[in-house]
Amino acid sequence: MSVITIERKVLEKNDQVAAGNRRMFAERGIFVLNLVSSPGSGKTSILEKTFEDLRDAMKMAVIEGDVQTDLDAQRVSRYGVPVVQIVTLGGCHLEANLVRDALEKLDLTGVELLFIENVGNLVCPSGYDLGEAMKVVVLSTTEGDDKPLKYPAMIRNSSVLLINKIDLIPYVPCDLDTLRNNALKINPGLKIFEISCVTGEGISAWCDWLKKKETPAR
Amino acid sequence: MHELGIAQNILEIVKQYVPGERAASVGKIRIRIGTMSGIVADSLGFCFSAILSGTDMQGAVLVTEEVPAACLCRDCGHRFTVEDFAFTCPSCGGANLELLSGRELEIVDIELLDE
Repeated sequence: MSVITIERKVLEKNDQVAAGNRRMFAERGIFVLNLVSSPGSGKTSILEKTFEDLRDAMKMAVIEGDVQTDLDAQRVSRYGVPVVQIVTLGGCHLEANLVRDALEKLDLTGVELLFIENVGNLVCPSGYDLGEAMKVVVLSTTEGDDKPLKYPAMIRNSSVLLINKIDLIPYVPCDLDTLRNNALKINPGLKIFEISCVTGEGISAWCDWLKKKETPAR
Repeated sequence: MHELGIAQNILEIVKQYVPGERAASVGKIRIRIGTMSGIVADSLGFCFSAILSGTDMQGAVLVTEEVPAACLCRDCGHRFTVEDFAFTCPSCGGANLELLSGRELEIVDIELLDE
């Protein structure tokens, strides 16, 4: 019997492409956010609200990732923001090469802020670096206040938590303090915003923070 | 379900080290999976045997070493293993931590059996 030593990262190829994406973003001065959540937590609605609030202040672009359809790209294109749709045809997450290829189809002239809306999934996207400055995780109040404990890797690997659908708090069994504390236990440095895309509450605080293009210490 | 994609990545790397004619002699493939990697070892093992089924390498098995999340407290210098995903220093209560391990997803080595 013989043993061959390998000692290599399984996702090294993805990491290399992600590093290339990150270099390109740095050279062009583009601040990139990788938006992750469960399906239906409101990622696309948050983008719509963000575009409404920020479109006069900053030039933005978006890469939409979905398992099927370009419905999300159609939604956000109404805001005059350059958009490219990635359809993964079953794939449960975006990988760095998909983002690299999508970037070639996107006019990045003058773009300061790029959103990558990942496939709705709180497990797989946590392991794949796309070259972003940070991951922004969205949890909605309807998902319950114990959600961070069920998906600790995603909470730990994110820099910002958006708690969406706070307008539904009177109707759902979700305690905001519990939700916040559960998330902060896993990631004490997490920056948290509480928002509603229906009432618009909290959106301006989130957008004002985006303008600063700060990466929270991790 | 991204364990399938991960299994394919592992196979691709293994093939770079094992010439085709020796595929049948691959025994254990040792991998390291961190508890914060988001990978389910059983599911990965299942996917790996599924993609090898019917190939020359079908005798190969993944052997997983699980790596716990460990941190260094930047405030007091204490090193500790994270229990129950609580990222707070048990010594000083600080939250300024450096993750030392727990995100691993690595191939360690391959065992080739004598033919």
